[in-house]
Amino acid sequence: MAEGLQTEVKTNPQGDVITATEAPKAKEKENKAAKQRVVTPEYLFFEAPRTKTFITGSEAAKEAIRRANVDIAISYPITPQSETMQQVGYLYAEGYLKDYYRGEEEYGVMSAVAGASRAGVRALTATAGPGLMRGMEVITSWPGGRMPLLLLVVCRVINAPLAIQPDNVELSYLLNSGVIVFHAENQQDFYDFPLKAYMISEKCEVTLPVAVAVDGFFVTHARGWVELPPDDIKLPPRECYHEAVPMMDNENPPARLSRDAPIQKSNFISYQMHASWQQEIWAAQDRARPWIKKYMGGLIEVVNPGAETMIVASGSAVSQSREAVRQAGEKGDTIGLVKIRSLRPFPTQELIEACRHAKRIIVPEFNCVGWMAKEVRSALFGQTKAEIVPGPRVFGGMSMPTELILEYLYKTPNEARMTTKPLTV
Amino acid sequence: MKGSLLSMATATVSPRYQVLPGPEGLLPPSACAMGVELPQDGEGLVEGVIVSEDKAFKAAARALLTRRNPTLFPGPLVVWGWNKHTEEKASMVLEIAAEIPGVKIIPMPDYRPIYPKIDPEAVINPCHPNLTIWHNKIEACIFVGVHCHFANVTLKMVRAGTNCYTIALCAEAGHEDAMASVPRCGTEKLHKMVEALRQVKKEGLTPWALTADGKRELAAEREQKKKQREAIAASAPQFAHELVAGLDENEE
Repeated sequence: MAEGLQTEVKTNPQGDVITATEAPKAKEKENKAAKQRVVTPEYLFFEAPRTKTFITGSEAAKEAIRRANVDIAISYPITPQSETMQQVGYLYAEGYLKDYYRGEEEYGVMSAVAGASRAGVRALTATAGPGLMRGMEVITSWPGGRMPLLLLVVCRVINAPLAIQPDNVELSYLLNSGVIVFHAENQQDFYDFPLKAYMISEKCEVTLPVAVAVDGFFVTHARGWVELPPDDIKLPPRECYHEAVPMMDNENPPARLSRDAPIQKSNFISYQMHASWQQEIWAAQDRARPWIKKYMGGLIEVVNPGAETMIVASGSAVSQSREAVRQAGEKGDTIGLVKIRSLRPFPTQELIEACRHAKRIIVPEFNCVGWMAKEVRSALFGQTKAEIVPGPRVFGGMSMPTELILEYLYKTPNEARMTTKPLTV
Repeated sequence: MKGSLLSMATATVSPRYQVLPGPEGLLPPSACAMGVELPQDGEGLVEGVIVSEDKAFKAAARALLTRRNPTLFPGPLVVWGWNKHTEEKASMVLEIAAEIPGVKIIPMPDYRPIYPKIDPEAVINPCHPNLTIWHNKIEACIFVGVHCHFANVTLKMVRAGTNCYTIALCAEAGHEDAMASVPRCGTEKLHKMVEALRQVKKEGLTPWALTADGKRELAAEREQKKKQREAIAASAPQFAHELVAGLDENEE
C-alpha cells in the first residue's frame, strides 16, 4: 500500500501537484525514517539548528509529526482538516508512523484513538468544526481516562447555515472538557505546539490529552515562514509505564477496556470518588503550567508590556493584532498585546499581571459568542479598573481587517459597542 | 471604589493553603487548585510547603511513630512482581515496615471496585478508601507503589473524611494532597525513609505502639480479631462451597 501511494503523483482538479515536494523513492524514504535518531526534547526545541522554510500550516504540522515519534494516527476527513491529515498520511507512506487509518466517523475515530492511548502508544488525531462536535462525547471522556494524546483542531464554522469557512466558536465547547487546549497563531506555532504538546501531555503528573487548535484556512492553507530543525532527529518515545494510570494490558486477556478502573460504570463508585476524580483532572491541568512555561516560554506572550491600551487575543486574531499594533506604532501610539497560547489551563495570574497598568483592554475574536472576552472578564474580575471591550469580532468565514482593530483602539468604548451592535445578539 | 480596591488586595494576598489531617469536610478543593506545587527531585512536601527531602522524611517518620495504628498501603507497583526493580522496592517497603512498631500492611492490589463489600482489614480500595481507614482507626499511613492518578483520587478523599496523616512515597512527581510526600522514590530514597525512622527513634521518641495507650489498644484489637476468627470458623461450613472454591470472575 505504501509503495502504491508513493509512486502516484496526485493533483488537484486544476492539475497542481498536491504534495509540497517531489516524492522520493520508497526505499529512500523508509531509510530516512529509520535513520532518525532520538534526541532530548530540549535539543529539538531549543538547541538544534533551524532552517527557514515557506510552507503552509498543514505542511508545518506534517513536519512536527515527522519529528514527534508518533506511533499511530487515526482520523476522518473533514474540511479544512483533511489537508493536514493528508500530509500526515504521506508520513505513514514514508515510514514515519507505524500505523495510520481512516475511522468510520468522528465518534469512532475519537474512540479508536482513545484505545491507542490506553494501550500505551503515542497517538494523533485531528478534526474540525462539526467533526469536533460529533466526537465531543468521547473527547470529554479522554481526560477522565487520563489519556495522553494529541488532537489537532482545525477550526471552522459549526452551525447552520453550514459552511466550511474559518470561525473558532467550536473552541468554546472544548474549554470545559478537561482537555488541555493550546491555540496556535501561525504556521510556526502549528509546527512548534504539537511537538511540545506531546511532551507536556505525557508527563506523569499531567497525563492528559492536549488539543492544539488553529484557525482553519488562514493558517492551514496559507504559507508562512517556519523555522525547522533537521528532519533526522525526533522526540523520545512515549514512556507509558511512567504515567498516572496503568496501561491496558493487551498481552494478558481479557483486556479490560475500562483500564481496571470504574470509569465507565459510575454506579459502581461513590459520588465522592467521582468528585475527587474530576478535581484530579483539573489539578492535572494546573500541573501542566510549569511544563508549558518550560517548553513554550509561558502561557502568554506580551508585546509592549505596561501599555495603557492592551489587546488580548489568541490564534490568528493575534497576527492581525500584531499588525494593528505596528500601524498604531507608526502613529506614535504604544499599544500592548497579550497573546494567549494556552486556553486551558487559562493564564489567569499572567493576565492579571500583564494588564495591571491597562486602562482599556480590547478582545478581538473570530467567533460570534465572544468566548475569549468572557474568559478575560472572568479572569480580571476584581483585579483591574480597565474598561474591557468585547470586540471586535468577525465570524462565519470573514477575515478581520486591521482597520477594524484600529477602529476599536481609537473609538470610545461606547462607539466601539455601537460598531458591534449589528453583529452581536 | 474603596471597597473594590480592598477586595483586590484580599484576592491577591490570600493565606497559604495548608494540607493537614482532616476531616476537611464534604468536598475540600484539591491542594493543587489551592496553589500547592510539586517538589523537585531532592525536595519534599510537608503540609503543602516545599522543604528539603530530609525534612520531609523526618516529618513522615515522626507521624508514623507517634500516631495511632500506622499502616502501609502498598499499591500494584510494589505488590506484584513485575520485574527485579519492583522486587527490590518491595523488599525496601518491608524494611520500612520493620522499623515501625505495631505497623499494619494493607495492600491496594488493584483499582477495581470490590463488591458486595470490601474486607477493610485485608485491602484498601480507591473507590472508598475511608472504609479501611475508619475501620482500622488508622491515623498515619504511607501510600507507596500506587499509580499517581489513583493515589491523588484517594488522598483527597482521605483528607476530606478522616484524621489520617497521609504520606506518599512516589516514584514520579509526588502528591500535593498528602501531608508529606517525596518524589522520585527509588530504592535509594526508600532506604532514606528507613534511616529517618531509625534516626527519630534514636533521638528518644517512643513509638505509639510501645506507649501504654498503644499497647492497650493493640492488645484489645488482637483479642477482638481472635474472637472474629473463631466466629468465622464456627459458621464457615454453612457456606463452604463458595468460600473454599472461590468465585470465578471469568465464569460464563
